Amino acid sequence: MSKPKLAYYLAGGCGGCDIAVVDLSEALIDVALAVDIVFWAPTVADVKYKDLEAMPDGSIDVGLISGNVRNSEHEHIAKVLRNKCKVLIAFGICAACGGIKGLVNLHTTEELLDKAYVNTFSTDNPNKELPQTTCVVDGKYELTLPTLMYAKPLDEVVKVDYYIGGCPPHYEHVKAAFTALLSGQLPPPGSWITMGKAVCEVCGRNPVLKGKPKRFATEVKRTIDGAPSEDGCLLEEGYLCLGPVTQGDCGSKCPAANIPCRGCGGPIPGVKDYSLRAISSIASMFDNEDLIDQIPDPVHLFYRYTLPSSFPYKRLKS
Amino acid sequence: MAWEPRLIVIACHWCTYAGADLAGSLRYSYPPTVHIVRVPCSGRVEPEFIAEALRRGADGVFIGGCHFGDCHYKEGNYKAIRRFKLLKRSLTDLGIQPERVQLEWISGSEGKRFAEAMTEFDAKIRELGPNPMKGGA
Repeated sequence: MSKPKLAYYLAGGCGGCDIAVVDLSEALIDVALAVDIVFWAPTVADVKYKDLEAMPDGSIDVGLISGNVRNSEHEHIAKVLRNKCKVLIAFGICAACGGIKGLVNLHTTEELLDKAYVNTFSTDNPNKELPQTTCVVDGKYELTLPTLMYAKPLDEVVKVDYYIGGCPPHYEHVKAAFTALLSGQLPPPGSWITMGKAVCEVCGRNPVLKGKPKRFATEVKRTIDGAPSEDGCLLEEGYLCLGPVTQGDCGSKCPAANIPCRGCGGPIPGVKDYSLRAISSIASMFDNEDLIDQIPDPVHLFYRYTLPSSFPYKRLKS
Repeated sequence: MAWEPRLIVIACHWCTYAGADLAGSLRYSYPPTVHIVRVPCSGRVEPEFIAEALRRGADGVFIGGCHFGDCHYKEGNYKAIRRFKLLKRSLTDLGIQPERVQLEWISGSEGKRFAEAMTEFDAKIRELGPNPMKGGA
């Protein structure tokens, strides 16, 4: 029997999800032996786009795409991969929900280009030159660059079979996902590959797991305000932790290191709009409504990883 | 045809819905643009409900609950106002007109207040104009 074929594409991401796969360590050898990697651009394998485009439709068993769809090149390759792959997976929170880089949707492209190429303190660009999508070199070679678009989660461009959260996914999660994939034990299409528990359910700080009642938070703290207790719930102490609505496949690593959950794992099953559910869940954890006004910058907290896939941006910008 | 607003009113069963009922019994008139959805408690209202209404083209969403201390489930309305305040702050930051959503406490005996609140809300939304997200769904 021939080995299953695997393709991997890094779209508008940082490469962290690629590293998460490499982080499989010894298990990576088993995975690499069990599959045939036919495409892994632009980080690992050197396969050209035209070679990918020449492959027959449906010839690749599993395609992973990490990173959001941010320009015309991402969109094109995502569509090509959709045709070539039997199963397409949005790998990591950027592909699944837009990710932290999805926060660009709060700004216009002009603003962003201005900041990146003109107005930064260390930039020397007196003629205000900006990257162009086409350029002719030596009078004959036409070079092109992809066009920037609003950041979109992958499922706004193509149909996605499975989602994997995390920024990046924890390597144990990646291992479990690959095991499920290779053994064919997958949930129904359209679902997240997750164990289905929230961060709180695997968190060592959760008082409920220790048989104690959960108390309301009586103050709002930022991570720079003092230090949390050794094993108390961060939310009870006033640190804005998104553990209640986030998938806990990471094993609650951040709260264990005194950092409140930021929600990179993606929504727990049953939640459609992560950011709105996070607003609902965190708001009801507070003792009184005056504390709500003290929450600094709710948009960058609750929409940190999910702005392009959450209301209202999902509809406004697509 | 001239634009007519579509207003979604999410009313708690024990107070605001009873208030709407009383407004009817007492023959108080309020705008026909109001569409009432009954929920057990204002604490049942997830921000997702409000978003869904706006996404599907409602021009305004009004949530009615019991006055503090009157909640049939004791603390549902306290949770509602916390969620609502945080949602409204977030929507404002994201560029949605916060006036399109409103939370108010209307008890079962305040039929007149219900009719007034609906008339005021209708007038306010007419001033704001159609929901810019309309048609995007």
